[in-house]
Amino acid sequence: MPSARCSMLDRAPRDDPASEVRPVAFRGAGFMPGGGRMAGWVALALVIALWQLAGSAGWVSQLFLPSPSAIAMAIYKLAMSGALWQHVSASIVRIGLGWLLGTVAGVIVGFAIGLSTLARGVGITFISALFPIPKIALLPLLILWLGIGEEPKIATIALGVFFSTAISVYSGVDAVPRNLIRMAQSFNVPFDAIVRRVIWPGALPSILAGFRITASVALLLVVSAEMIGAQFGIGAFVLQAGNLMQTDQLLAGVVILSLFGLAVGKAINMLEAKLLHWR
Amino acid sequence: MDLIADQIGHRFGALDVLDRVSFTVASGEVVAVVGPSGCGKSTLLSILGGLLQPSAGRAELRGEPPGESLNPLTFVFQDFALLPWGTVEANVAFPLEHTALDAAARRAVVDDALRRTGLSDFGAAYPKQLSGGMRQRVGIARALAVRPTILLMDEPLSALDSQTRELLMEDFVRLLADGAMGAVYVTHNLEEAVRLADRIVVLSRRPGRVREIVDIPMTRAERGAIGAREKLLTLQNDLWSLIREEAIDAEREVQHA
Repeated sequence: MPSARCSMLDRAPRDDPASEVRPVAFRGAGFMPGGGRMAGWVALALVIALWQLAGSAGWVSQLFLPSPSAIAMAIYKLAMSGALWQHVSASIVRIGLGWLLGTVAGVIVGFAIGLSTLARGVGITFISALFPIPKIALLPLLILWLGIGEEPKIATIALGVFFSTAISVYSGVDAVPRNLIRMAQSFNVPFDAIVRRVIWPGALPSILAGFRITASVALLLVVSAEMIGAQFGIGAFVLQAGNLMQTDQLLAGVVILSLFGLAVGKAINMLEAKLLHWR
Repeated sequence: MDLIADQIGHRFGALDVLDRVSFTVASGEVVAVVGPSGCGKSTLLSILGGLLQPSAGRAELRGEPPGESLNPLTFVFQDFALLPWGTVEANVAFPLEHTALDAAARRAVVDDALRRTGLSDFGAAYPKQLSGGMRQRVGIARALAVRPTILLMDEPLSALDSQTRELLMEDFVRLLADGAMGAVYVTHNLEEAVRLADRIVVLSRRPGRVREIVDIPMTRAERGAIGAREKLLTLQNDLWSLIREEAIDAEREVQHA
């Protein structure tokens, strides 16, 4: 016995345009960008190739835009002379110390704001007032307080990192589902264990996202601080090269900064993959 | 150990949610709490379990829980409340980490809870890898691991599809069969209430007051028989007639809010 649907189709006159059978149009395409990265690398390679071509063919002056090969050569020479390591290591030490200090303080203050009413009341007011200040503007004052040396540069980076970290930490604590905290309380889990076993892992995605931002902030501030007052460091090197119109060296410094940023991003990706594998 | 709601009232700001709610859950008894949406059922359960301070009255315990009970009043949550970063085993073991049990005893308790809930093969899975029904089984296993005296269940089946609900209902009936554990079972589903409860507390619309306490005149074992279906349906209809008008009013109130 034919189904009702078949019967109806069978009954429909074939030459009647109103009964013409046609597929339902697909309307669900788009809005789902894929994660393919091949296109990105190909585009980058094309840009570099075009850039090289423009330099080699003399379409642009080597002084205004040195070719990629000239930049690579400048990096090679810097590495061979030992100057590269001298500048990079100075920047790494400043970034490392400043980021670490700012992060530790930011995590502590962020957790305090996330967990304590008093700390929230006081902390958010101060953070709201101080966060928008460009931290590099404080460098002269910090030099006055801490003297000419590494301390003011490290303190500038630490300050910049601190505020973003504190904000991302207390936002992360706020975002921990309340039902998980109530669940733990319902089993009489002690406060410190709730913080360690529920709130910390729950806030971790936001904290790691904050690390990504603070790494960029630290990089930005170290370059700015080194441009204002340092003998060594990538920022000082870039400024020096610019002053001497050594644009190949200037761009070599920029490339090194970019590679540094990529390396930090990669490290955070790995940290996320390890710590947030449950997502 | 008995759990007593003594004249419990609660307000959220200007909103009166509960008004002088009193009833007793005797040792081993299953009491369902039903009522229109927004009548304060879940609020009442939170107060009974010590997660919320009532504005008036109090929740009390009479008698001592059995010595082996690690958490006499234990919740089973509507949204499962599983730690997404923990495996099934870690979730079940979580409430035991802060008890005096040593590692071997903890392991044995976790294994037993997983076995009783049919999760022995899923110990290494993460919550995101499980279906809703399986996640709630993890919630139940976690609750069983602390050997509760009274389970406080907040609409534990409402987030699940009807087939999973039916299967878990059978599990609840089995778990509560020996009367060693009592329960307060908050639900808006009257079928679940008549299948599982010894008594049903019917709350009025907000502010929730005890409108009626209905005894179910059958054992849970009797309710499983095919012949009992008609009787259970009659009970269900009687309960619905008690709630219907207020449920309609509550629904309108929600829409206007």
